[in-house]
Amino acid sequence: MSFLKRSFFSDVLTVVHKELLMILKDKRSRIILVMPILVQTILFGYVDTYNLNCVEYALLDEDKSHSSRLLTAAFDGSSIFVRTATLQNSTQIADILDEKKALLVVHIASGFERLLVNKKRAPVQILIDGRNSNVGSTAAAYAQEIIQNFSRSPAGKHTPWISIEKRAWFNPNLETRWGIVPALTALLAVIQVLSIAGQSIAREKEQGTFDQLLVTPLSPGAILLGKTLPPVLVGLVQSSLVLLAALWIFQIPFAGSFFLLYLALLIFNFAVVGIGLSVSAFSQNMQQAMLYNFSLLMPMILLSGFATPISSMPWGFQIATLANPVRYGVELAQRIYLEGAPFSQIFPLLWPLALMACLGFACAAYLFKVKL
Amino acid sequence: MEQAATTEQKRQKSPTMTLLFEAQKIGKTFTRKNGETIEALVDLSLKLKPGSLIALVGPDASGKTTFLRIVAGLLTPSSGSLHFDGQSYAGQCPKVLSQIGYMPQKFGLYEDLTVQENLDLYADLKNVPRASRPKRYARLLELCAMTPFTQKLAGKLSGGMKQKLGLICTLIAPPKLLLLDEPTVGVDPLSRRELWEIISELQAESKMSVLVSTSYLNEAEACAEVLLLFEGHTLAQGPPLGLCQLAAGKSFLLPANAPTCPRDLQAWLLDQPEVIDAVPQAGDVRVIGHRNEQNNSCLSAAKMVPPRLEDSFMLLLKQQMGNVALAAQQAIAQVATPPRSAQEPVICTEHVSRHFGDFVAVNDVSFSVFPGEVFGLLGPNGAGKTTTFRMLCGLLAATSGSLRVAGIDVRKTPAEARRHIGYVAQKFSLYGPLSVLENLEFFAGAYGLQGARRRQRIAQVIDDFQLTDWLGIAAQELPGGWQRSLAMAVGLLHEPEILFLDEPTSGADPLSRRIFWKRIAALASQGVTVVVTTHFMEEAEYCDHILIQDGGIRLAFGSPAEIRAEAQKLNPDVTSMDDAFIAIVEKARSQKS
Repeated sequence: MSFLKRSFFSDVLTVVHKELLMILKDKRSRIILVMPILVQTILFGYVDTYNLNCVEYALLDEDKSHSSRLLTAAFDGSSIFVRTATLQNSTQIADILDEKKALLVVHIASGFERLLVNKKRAPVQILIDGRNSNVGSTAAAYAQEIIQNFSRSPAGKHTPWISIEKRAWFNPNLETRWGIVPALTALLAVIQVLSIAGQSIAREKEQGTFDQLLVTPLSPGAILLGKTLPPVLVGLVQSSLVLLAALWIFQIPFAGSFFLLYLALLIFNFAVVGIGLSVSAFSQNMQQAMLYNFSLLMPMILLSGFATPISSMPWGFQIATLANPVRYGVELAQRIYLEGAPFSQIFPLLWPLALMACLGFACAAYLFKVKL
Repeated sequence: MEQAATTEQKRQKSPTMTLLFEAQKIGKTFTRKNGETIEALVDLSLKLKPGSLIALVGPDASGKTTFLRIVAGLLTPSSGSLHFDGQSYAGQCPKVLSQIGYMPQKFGLYEDLTVQENLDLYADLKNVPRASRPKRYARLLELCAMTPFTQKLAGKLSGGMKQKLGLICTLIAPPKLLLLDEPTVGVDPLSRRELWEIISELQAESKMSVLVSTSYLNEAEACAEVLLLFEGHTLAQGPPLGLCQLAAGKSFLLPANAPTCPRDLQAWLLDQPEVIDAVPQAGDVRVIGHRNEQNNSCLSAAKMVPPRLEDSFMLLLKQQMGNVALAAQQAIAQVATPPRSAQEPVICTEHVSRHFGDFVAVNDVSFSVFPGEVFGLLGPNGAGKTTTFRMLCGLLAATSGSLRVAGIDVRKTPAEARRHIGYVAQKFSLYGPLSVLENLEFFAGAYGLQGARRRQRIAQVIDDFQLTDWLGIAAQELPGGWQRSLAMAVGLLHEPEILFLDEPTSGADPLSRRIFWKRIAALASQGVTVVVTTHFMEEAEYCDHILIQDGGIRLAFGSPAEIRAEAQKLNPDVTSMDDAFIAIVEKARSQKS
């Protein structure tokens, strides 16, 4: 009987080895684990951006003075603004905006130079196409910046313009990419980690291998842990791929500690796998597990604060985000990456994740045992 | 000569109108991924008259399913021609196929729909006019005694009922030709008899022709014509009586005198040079062989008996396979079990019950199994034998009662008890994408085998089950017979004291069943206790003791001879185990109602 003396550790390793083989054996599934992550990182990094590189604008200069020409030159000289129309009177404004010939109209009223010379506030009106508020307000902010620079210059006669000091922390150029790509290190892995964990028990049930596994002396704990580690590992590898893309392709400066980032990602992946395994133990077959996963995934991403700021969600939904591991994952990744937040600052985000991981496992273990 | 040739040509040109279906020299080749070409069928010819019943028999992978799929238009033959009602067709041909009903081995019932919804669905799929439906439904439901269950979910039906539902779904639009691919696999003798009754009643009503593949040769014996396939070749074709004569003068019955059990006598006989085949039958051993009158052979004392189809089948197959089969038969798994007192039961259950909500699947069942015994769990589909089996393996907790396996209380320490058992599931349940070797490695690890012992055991089972050539192949790509071998190898890796086998021979041909039981006999003689469920009642003859359950209750328990004797008290005509089983179950059911 001596050969039956066994340790929990080697049991877990046995299961982990089998699970990894099942995940990685097939060449196609290996590709599926790597390619979508890279493609999505590139897509999110380049396509999903609120930065404007080309703003079409129309000019209505009623002052036609030296100062107004200098301001106009400041617009035309910027790399962002392209003038598509020059208007003669204010009645033309509506048409220009309606027909989307310009995103905004810069209107310099007559008497502009006189007011500047008299050191009075000279109004410059900016009319924005507000149909896409995000784009419009960004464009307006660029325009505002040009006008402010002008007002401080000698040409603007050093007017004491009441300037609202607008400066974005950690992303001075307000590059959306800087916020998005680090968040992806946590976010992108969720999709496949959840689905690998979600399928792992459901697949065994569907294919009849579950009974064969349960008649072995492996303890439920060893089976569960053996099924947890491989998706966590997959998640970490995927996060690393995104991290490499962030560092090398997008060249976003890394301000924090790699150790803290991986610690956060590890706990985060455990929390996600806990949910996935619970779903898997609960489902009767792979199709059910897949459907449950999809219905969880969308709310998890929407309530993560990745796409829209949590602070602008209705109160009830803000509370709901507290139970969403992705919310913590995204925030941890951004803060560690961009801000270089130390452990003391990320701890309030880490412990809820750790708690969720524990609850997830308790739930998976319970459902797993009930099925026995 | 010339004249004969022209008449032959004429006959081929104008198929007589009395023929419903004709297949001429059908051939089918497949190409494997590695470029290897496989001949699945070679020159198969068959004629069907309206109202005929023809059986396709043959070992695994002999081309039975391929042929049925070709007839059903799901595959196009590589050569040869098909005619239905005088019309030539191959592959998809709606006009012909609408008159052919095909029931594949795994019929596509929608398990989440009720019986009625399944019927409606198949009626819609086959464009059965609404007006004619109620009458057809009523008739079909009545035939298979399912009228009370129309609102039941198909998934909740027992295996036998599912098969019947599949059959009537196939028959909703009355076909002229019905194709059945192993319709009785995994179905108990009672339901099997009912299925055949349904088929013959419908055949009498509508003159429908039936082409059925089966691994039960007694079923084939009841057909008008039998076609024996082997590796795509037609070995024999003709009425069963004629085929039986091939074994005339070669079939014998040899009584097994106590204390020798038929199983051991059979194993010994199979090693004798003059014996072609041997199988236990009602306490004796049926032998096929050449009796040499001069020498004092083992068959001198045997009584000659009229041959049956299985005898000819085995005779023909052994001639074909020659030494291949012999080599496989020689393979005996080596298992060392700890010595155990033969007086002390290795499995002991007392008053075991299992409830699922209000439903009592197993009701107060007690029995004991002693070391080195072969123990059979028999019962109709839904009798509770699977539940009993799962409780013994620790896969299901008993609601009440005590279960001891290898001296360990399964309810208290299931993991400890599981170390002493090996388990082979009914359906292939190893990891399909993993190779044979990876599966063995994983399960060796799962059973805690390590180091030299692990290497030695893996090498041993590879050798015992001749898996050497298959080690790198993904388990899901193995042929059916080899999957069964691999599953057995996995079950025996850790040298269990008790081996549990759930319908191990379901769907297997007689030849592989012989090899399987030879292995089991060898394991039992090495001291391994074997618990087996089966639907082949004649296989109960291999067991030392059997338990018959129905409705969760123990109906009969004892040695095969005792069970037969008990059944003979109920019905003096009982001779075979099949009859005994039916008599006992029907008696209990009539008492209940």
